[in-house]
Amino acid sequence: MDTHPLHEEIDYGTPARESEQTVTLTIDGVQVTVAHGTSVMRAAVDAGTQIPKLCATDSLEPFGSCRLCLVEIEGRRGFPASCTTPAENGMVVRTQSSKLADLRRGVMELYISDHPLDCLTCAANGDCELQDMAGTVGLREVRYGYEGLNHLKDQADLSNPYFAYDPSKCIVCNRCVRACEETQGTFALTISGRGFASRVSPSESQPFLESECVSCGACVNACPTATLMEKSIIDAGQPDHSVITTCAYCGVGCGFKADMKGNEVVRMTPWKDGKANEGHACVKGRFAWGYTTHKDRILTPMIRKNITDPWQEVSWDTAINYAAGEFHRLQQTYGKDSVGGITSSRCTNEETYLVQKLIRAAFGNNNVDTCARVCHSPTGYGLGQTYGTSAGTQTFKSVEKSDVILVIGANPTDAHPVFGSRMKKRLREGAKLIVVDPRQIDLVKSAHIRADYHLQLRPGTNVAMVSALAHVIVTEGLLNQSFINERCDLDSFKVWQEFVARPANSPEALEPVTGVPAQLVREAARLYATGGDAAIYYGLGVTEHAQGSTAVIGIANLAMATGNIGREGVGVNPLRGQNNVQGSCDMGSFPHEFPGYRHVSDDATRSLFEKDWGVSLRKEPGLRIPNMFESALDGTFKGLYCQGEDIVQSDPNTQHVIAAMEAMECIVVQDLFLNETAKYAHVFLPGSSFLEKEGTFTNAERRISRVRKVMPPKAGLADWEVTVALSNALGYPMQYNDPSEIMDEIARLTPTFAGVNFDKIERLGSVQWPCNDQTSEIGTPLMHIDRFVRGKGRFLPTQYVPTHEKVTPKYPLLLTTGRILSQYNVGAQTRRTENVKFHEEDRLDIHPHDAEERGIADGDWVGIASRAGETVLRARVTERMQPGVVYTTFHFPESGANVITTENSDWATNCPEYKVTAVQITKVKQTSEWQENYHRFNETQLRLLKEKVAAEVAAGR
Amino acid sequence: MSTTATTSEHLVRMANDIGAFFEVMPDQHQAAKDVATHIKKFWEPRMQRSFLEYLKAHGDQELKPVVREAVREIRPS
Ligand code: SF4
Ligand code: SF4
Ligand code: SF4
Ligand code: FES
Repeated sequence: MDTHPLHEEIDYGTPARESEQTVTLTIDGVQVTVAHGTSVMRAAVDAGTQIPKLCATDSLEPFGSCRLCLVEIEGRRGFPASCTTPAENGMVVRTQSSKLADLRRGVMELYISDHPLDCLTCAANGDCELQDMAGTVGLREVRYGYEGLNHLKDQADLSNPYFAYDPSKCIVCNRCVRACEETQGTFALTISGRGFASRVSPSESQPFLESECVSCGACVNACPTATLMEKSIIDAGQPDHSVITTCAYCGVGCGFKADMKGNEVVRMTPWKDGKANEGHACVKGRFAWGYTTHKDRILTPMIRKNITDPWQEVSWDTAINYAAGEFHRLQQTYGKDSVGGITSSRCTNEETYLVQKLIRAAFGNNNVDTCARVCHSPTGYGLGQTYGTSAGTQTFKSVEKSDVILVIGANPTDAHPVFGSRMKKRLREGAKLIVVDPRQIDLVKSAHIRADYHLQLRPGTNVAMVSALAHVIVTEGLLNQSFINERCDLDSFKVWQEFVARPANSPEALEPVTGVPAQLVREAARLYATGGDAAIYYGLGVTEHAQGSTAVIGIANLAMATGNIGREGVGVNPLRGQNNVQGSCDMGSFPHEFPGYRHVSDDATRSLFEKDWGVSLRKEPGLRIPNMFESALDGTFKGLYCQGEDIVQSDPNTQHVIAAMEAMECIVVQDLFLNETAKYAHVFLPGSSFLEKEGTFTNAERRISRVRKVMPPKAGLADWEVTVALSNALGYPMQYNDPSEIMDEIARLTPTFAGVNFDKIERLGSVQWPCNDQTSEIGTPLMHIDRFVRGKGRFLPTQYVPTHEKVTPKYPLLLTTGRILSQYNVGAQTRRTENVKFHEEDRLDIHPHDAEERGIADGDWVGIASRAGETVLRARVTERMQPGVVYTTFHFPESGANVITTENSDWATNCPEYKVTAVQITKVKQTSEWQENYHRFNETQLRLLKEKVAAEVAAGR
Repeated sequence: MSTTATTSEHLVRMANDIGAFFEVMPDQHQAAKDVATHIKKFWEPRMQRSFLEYLKAHGDQELKPVVREAVREIRPS
């Protein structure tokens, strides 16, 4: 394991400016040239001088309050603050003189006179800018005694689970307030009071936990003192080294410094040079890493014959050989195609690649799928059909250039928070916003953000909406004809144009379907088409529908029709759910394609892999996850290798999934915890967290970043080593010394990855695929610049087809599902952190009108019944919902949200229709029958885990 | 109440859903080909088999016309 020093970063004091124009000035006799608009303070760093400062930091706009950064400028009177003074041509600046030294000492003296002098026992000792500055300015005495009025007795606010606020140490520099506004965009903090009485206060002088604060940690990062401080640092002390790595939660893929003390993580600090996040983070990545050392982690392999037996703890060898033996037995008994596997979108590219390789080469079939099936498979299909590649077109940074932002079925402030903050920043600068969502998500209305249009459609009508928008663009003459002529396939365009122009696709005709006033749709379409550079961001609210793929195609059509593709500020951007959804798709996790999105029936590709892998490969597609379940119920699918996914909790129609699980004879689960799926498993292989292995993740921008091992695998093996061992035991040898060799193999076999290797990522921080000889060294930040990957962009008509899931008198409401900020997916990680303080149960959101009709009050227990099943949750009555639509999250297994969802799915990809289920809601007194059963089953499984026997020890080994 | 349609019925529904996307194309002959290609590219052989077996046993009247034509392409000749 390579350890590094602390990765100290230079603080330039004020943000970098981008400008063609430069200015040249002299600072302390050194000539320096900087971009126009750069502050004197920042220019000084370039000239080799750090001017003392307290209220300035380079992630925030300068504020000019502390007066510590004073300088002398020839020809100017007084002592201007260098942080707020822009550099000018010919300026001559002096940063040191005895007068300046006196002034600075005076400033420091005032600060220190109202600051406790407990530096030696302070948690920030060694990492405190106030302390540093006292040293820098040579403060030797404080003449104002401590008897006067001061804040030294102020009470600390410890309400937030992750950081403490100790006002006695606050110097009122305003950095936290600005960080919350500028970096995070939440506006939770203010400086209340004036003069001496002024103090930082969350919302209306509430404790942090009860305030608007979303625990992103930006204020903690910005605070120069110990006032806002991570509790983990207060407990453990300052780190001794740090390692750069990548967040393992969401598809934003934030870069982090894992701050370490020996093998123990003491803090995760967002990495300033991380291109996806540029020094920002959210509550999950920054704080919710405690699960990695949670006591529930299973660290010893286990096996059992039946799921009603207690687990037996065994050695790695025994477990692996047992699993391999079972798979062999099943294949001999039921045929080669009776087994398969699921790769994890949580694991690294290298691990995912190995699992699909094991299935194709060692199992000898194509029965491999990944949980992207249930989230973004329609993106792959839709963008593949229209543009020729299965990925977003832009970098996150591109949003800084957008004039119009169209958000469809995505909730970035909750699900992709760091990107959400970037988007909000652009919106505060004046970009226009159109939100298409059944719910009033935060973006529609939050601090300093108002959507220009909120098209609050009925769930399940995205395609109608997208066609209606297209209709307006075509019939009102808003097409970008020159782009279409030059870049797109004209025959397909004509077919599409004729189709969307039909009166049946007009906003007026579709108003009864979408429920959105036609006039609003028309205005929104005009804004998107004519408002300047327009970008589309979409999420699972688009894909998880019976027409998910059609909607993605419709979105791609819109961007082509208006020429919003191929440059900064525009594009089509899927917001990916899990950290490595992009990567797991790229790595050939789908049953019909090899790494790099090449169909298994393609002879040239197949023979390439056959030669490299030394086996013959199948040319027919394998089973997708839902097909595996159905084949299991039909008796033809018997064994599953499931790496790092919890299909029992995350897949729709739980009772159907469970029946499939029970029909299989060998389920091998590789995971950190005994998740819901593992409760049905026969072999449990302990997984390793992202802190325990080397590898790469690929985020929604196609950015490949390194994941680095900061501690040895707790169970002895990293996930990729487990797959290698299993493959060897199955009789297909794999041999890698470390994951960089796996990436070399991927690069060798995948043209879009040809230029990717660990050394390059080490050197450049990250690269974006396609990355090969034909691209620049860092790969391809922007796709489709001069031509589409498939050549000409292809339009396809998008006929709206109502879902099979219809409301009836028996099931009169539509249920839609989603996520919240503090919990992540099935919650296996976040539920094992203090994040439960923010969200301790899943609730059912219901509109006051629907609630009243049913006699439901906020907090009541309500039964939710669908054609698939029934569960019980507590209600939250809220106007965020439209009447007729209810909403819930699915972070807790006992909620059983997926007991209600059905196995309806996208026509092209079988991605489940999570977003639309017809339900009835009634007030109830007790939990549902399913929940009773779940509790019983869960108790049994936890008992079987507790009763586990160390088989080999017992056998006297 | 059972919610799980039998696998074969489910396949008929899936095929019709695919057909619903392609049936708006002006060239219905091409559309049928596209439906067939889709099924061949994405359905595992045992799904294709049980789909065809179901049609043999129950006839193809539940299918949309475009899917009916596509089936002719899928059948191994
Ligand atoms: S943690 Fe984030 S949201 Fe909370 S006050 Fe600090 S900056 Fe604002
Ligand atoms: S809490 Fe920290 S950042 Fe905020 S004003 Fe006080 S010292 Fe400055
Ligand atoms: S935004 Fe996503 S990647 Fe970034 S810290 Fe949060 S969860 Fe991690
Ligand atoms: S750093 Fe310039 S005034 Fe505070």
